[in-house]
Amino acid sequence: MSATTPSSPEKVNVGRRLFLGLTALGAAGVVFGADAQNFVGKTFGSGFAALLPGGDRFRIYSITGSYPSIKPKQFRLKVSGLVNQPATFTLADLQAMPSLDMVKTFQCVTGWRVPDVPWRGVPLSHLLKSAGIRPGAGAISFDSYDHADSESLTIEQAHLADVIVAYEMYRAPITREHGGPVRLLVPQMYGYKSLKWLSGIRVVDRVQPGYWELNGYPVNGWLDGTTGATNPHPQLS
Amino acid sequence: MTTISSRREPQQMVLRFDAVQRTAHWLNALGFLTLMFTGIPLYFGSFFGLIFARHTIQMVHLWTGIFLPLPLAVAMLGPWGRRMRSDWRRVSQWTRDELRWLRRVGRSPLAADKFNPGQKANAVFTVASILVLFVTGYILQWFRFFPVSWRGGATVTHDVFALLVFAAVAGHVLLAVTHWDSMRSMIGGSVQEKWVRHHASAWVTDDVLETHER
Repeated sequence: MSATTPSSPEKVNVGRRLFLGLTALGAAGVVFGADAQNFVGKTFGSGFAALLPGGDRFRIYSITGSYPSIKPKQFRLKVSGLVNQPATFTLADLQAMPSLDMVKTFQCVTGWRVPDVPWRGVPLSHLLKSAGIRPGAGAISFDSYDHADSESLTIEQAHLADVIVAYEMYRAPITREHGGPVRLLVPQMYGYKSLKWLSGIRVVDRVQPGYWELNGYPVNGWLDGTTGATNPHPQLS
Repeated sequence: MTTISSRREPQQMVLRFDAVQRTAHWLNALGFLTLMFTGIPLYFGSFFGLIFARHTIQMVHLWTGIFLPLPLAVAMLGPWGRRMRSDWRRVSQWTRDELRWLRRVGRSPLAADKFNPGQKANAVFTVASILVLFVTGYILQWFRFFPVSWRGGATVTHDVFALLVFAAVAGHVLLAVTHWDSMRSMIGGSVQEKWVRHHASAWVTDDVLETHER
């Protein structure tokens, strides 16, 4: 600045401050955002948190780009494979079986989570017990009405007490977008293991990686991030 | 639109945005709009999932996001980016008067620079939000390399910044279409000299006018 322009005002680098402030906010959001979300959910309730951007809400994924439409009356669940008594169940059959109620956090592998979701369904172990698993069985494969998704669990994983064939969510029939009328729920694993629009349970000799596993997700989707003691296919994780 | 008066003498025009800046702006705008329009059905998946193929939308969103910084970066870093760089310095440097003007939402006297404080703030916000959305989007797409709490945090942050972008773009577009003289300089490049005297008087006093006859 020359002496001929004495009025030339002092400049402040507001751009840098604003830029650094915003990016610092973004970085803090990445590192502490999940905790902040938990805090908001616990303090003001999950319903309030769900109203905020990024809050406690489901993101609906579908492989096929649409949701299968299954009328409850036409729903059938086929249990087959290495079992003594293959069977096909209606929704009413499932509802007449012993059921398990539980409230669980639904955690997606991509980061979003929905706390305190009430579920009801038949323990998978009950279905397996009544079907009678034959020797040589090592895993369970699950089929979906969308004819695209598939999942699998080892026999040990399938017998976890909280793995259920769910037909109620939030104390109402499971809606179409959430995988109704019947879906698998594996609460100790990431959401992709909880196959939607369940149509078949096949007892097989070994784990067959499902749709998401073939696209790079860990076969054992434990929430704590470990591959699990019973992991037979660690190379995919 | 309202210039019926001065037909007789050639108007003195002042270059406000050169071709590099205009191209970068419109490619960037195209990228933002694509990301916004694909982001809505991805966010409200439970509703739009019935109508659109999620995977296709996801891929459009992902690839647009990957290439979004390119127009601005190329315009800024190449030998052709002299004006781009000098304008970036310009939107960074603020006077005390400009800060006061922004704090009072335009209700204080100001001899405006080439850009008024609102435009300056918008430019800085745009670049910062590109960076934040790019990084959080990267975490969401390649989540395996990051702890679960970061994935959750990236989800929240991506959503919050997207909301801010929606607000900023809405305001930007609203102001653009209601200030046609300024808007026109992002299309044709120039403003009339009397526009400069009226809206950017501080710009004229400390910058060389580059004029051409029309």
